[in-house]
Amino acid sequence: MTLAIDIPATSGKTERNGVLRFVIRLFREKPLGAAGGVIFILFLLCGIFADVLAPYGMNQISPRNRLMAPSWAYPFGTDNLGRDMLSRCLYGAQISVIIAFAAASLATVISIVIGIITGYLGGKIDLVTQRFVDAWMSFPDLIILLVVVSVLGPGLPQIIGTLGLLLGIAGSRIIRSAVVSVRENMYVHAAQSIGASTGRILWRHILPNIMPPIIVLFTTRVGTVILAESGLSFLGLGVPPPTPTWGGMLSGSGRTFMFQGPWLALAPGLCLTIVVYATNVFGDALRDLLDPRMRGSR
Amino acid sequence: MSDALPEPSVDTILRVEDLKVHFPVTKGIILQRQVATVKAVDGVSFTIRRGETLGLVGESGSGKSTTGLAVLRMLTPTAGRIVFEGQDIAPHRGAELLGVRRRMQMVYQDPYGSLNPRMTIRNIVGEPLAVHGLDGDKAATRDKIASLIASVGLLPDMADRYPHEFSGGQRQRIGIARALALEPSLLIADEPVSALDVSIQAQVINLFMDLQERLGLTYLFIAHDLAVVRHISTRIAVMYLGRLVEIADRDDLYRNPLHPYTEALMAAVPVADPEVEARRPRAVISGEVPSALRPPPGCSFHTRCPRAMAVCKTDQPPLRELGPGRAVACHLHAG
Repeated sequence: MTLAIDIPATSGKTERNGVLRFVIRLFREKPLGAAGGVIFILFLLCGIFADVLAPYGMNQISPRNRLMAPSWAYPFGTDNLGRDMLSRCLYGAQISVIIAFAAASLATVISIVIGIITGYLGGKIDLVTQRFVDAWMSFPDLIILLVVVSVLGPGLPQIIGTLGLLLGIAGSRIIRSAVVSVRENMYVHAAQSIGASTGRILWRHILPNIMPPIIVLFTTRVGTVILAESGLSFLGLGVPPPTPTWGGMLSGSGRTFMFQGPWLALAPGLCLTIVVYATNVFGDALRDLLDPRMRGSR
Repeated sequence: MSDALPEPSVDTILRVEDLKVHFPVTKGIILQRQVATVKAVDGVSFTIRRGETLGLVGESGSGKSTTGLAVLRMLTPTAGRIVFEGQDIAPHRGAELLGVRRRMQMVYQDPYGSLNPRMTIRNIVGEPLAVHGLDGDKAATRDKIASLIASVGLLPDMADRYPHEFSGGQRQRIGIARALALEPSLLIADEPVSALDVSIQAQVINLFMDLQERLGLTYLFIAHDLAVVRHISTRIAVMYLGRLVEIADRDDLYRNPLHPYTEALMAAVPVADPEVEARRPRAVISGEVPSALRPPPGCSFHTRCPRAMAVCKTDQPPLRELGPGRAVACHLHAG
């Protein structure tokens, strides 16, 4: 089957400029998603560089400047102890970034592993595993979280581990259903008939084709985790004070002094709302753009 | 039924003997019990000689695709032998099967579903090479993929595009290039053109014939379009409800169909001349194909056969050889 054909050298340019091109496409085709992405990256940067960015220490008390309304000196105002709200929100972002990424990544990995194995192999393994998932999902998340935190005590690793496991097991259902539909495609059959190993089929054929739900799952999980952590902190079971977290700020001074200083609740509340919304919009845009079939279409 | 088989010769590439593929129908989830059996393929025998094209025709549910999948060993046969290049591959598994996969490839019906939308053409066509560890030399692999793409009539610099950028006919060519990558000796084509426009069908069929001539390929060509099958096949086997009813050289079959079912199939092909079309006699068969779950006793075609006799309701006619390469399973031709 040797055919003497001149093969024009194909350039590797497409791969090198891939990322840049992708960003340009993101802005051109999905402006809202791009805005979400920008906010998301700002949120990341705020979290990473909180120590540098914050004008005051996170627990720096200034008794004279208690409950100050937002001003040039204190853009987000101060709380009942005279702590700068902007600084506290920035440090809160740090905690949120750590928890969100650690727990959402853990959750996504757990979902993918359970979802792919049960979805692709099917049969009895699938049946048994999915009944466990059913049982697990019928438990209210908050109850499990409360039990774990009250047994192990509040702290970052406990929260990350529990949230990751909780959301990971629940999310496996979404991955599984995606795998079940992708598995039926003829290209999977074709790969089998070529003699491709199960590992190769999962890696090269199944995984790339379930990226859209994975991306959406991850980004919505980032939002869910930030909210869940805030909820826990709100109940006093999250990261213990005085470490600032958005949920903790809402439930602590924010709730108590809501009428004297509405900014105490508004600042962390808006941070939370904007970041969760931005991650969701960004995730949707990524999902659409990463699908080669959508390339060139709007 | 082995009396219907031609003498095995040196140039026989595939010999299928009394192939059976039965699917159990089960009830219950944990305590599964078998309530019935679907005999998708029930005792099929045929041979394919090197370099020829055996057309396998029949209506939906006749078991022709299942036969193809069993030959490819994507399904495990319930019984029977599949002798491929002198080796019975029916009981093969694992590494042995991997060796068979190199020499037998498949082209699929759906040009849209059979290519992974996330892979470039280069990766799709190169995947068989990668799976069998033949892609060690990067430059050689690149050249090989380019020549494969060129051999099916596409431009090699299309290699970095994705399947959605191609039309149905082009995609089918890509599917053929993938099937050719391992230089197989037998190609199983499962309705490779039925999803394409008629104008494109001709191009793809011609490509198949062209490649056969150039590369000395052997085809098991599964189809339901008799015009297509007539064009490409050297011999044709007709299936009905999991059994072969007739097998013959192409011209014999079209000139003189012996089985009433074959006759009806031939009559169903319209003639492209309205006057002839209006005058020609028709052998019309009515009704539906009986369920494979409960095939009728005797000859499975007797419920729809215009020439059914008493014996057809009780005795199943064996596939009887009438001449070289010609066999029919019908009581009308019993000796």
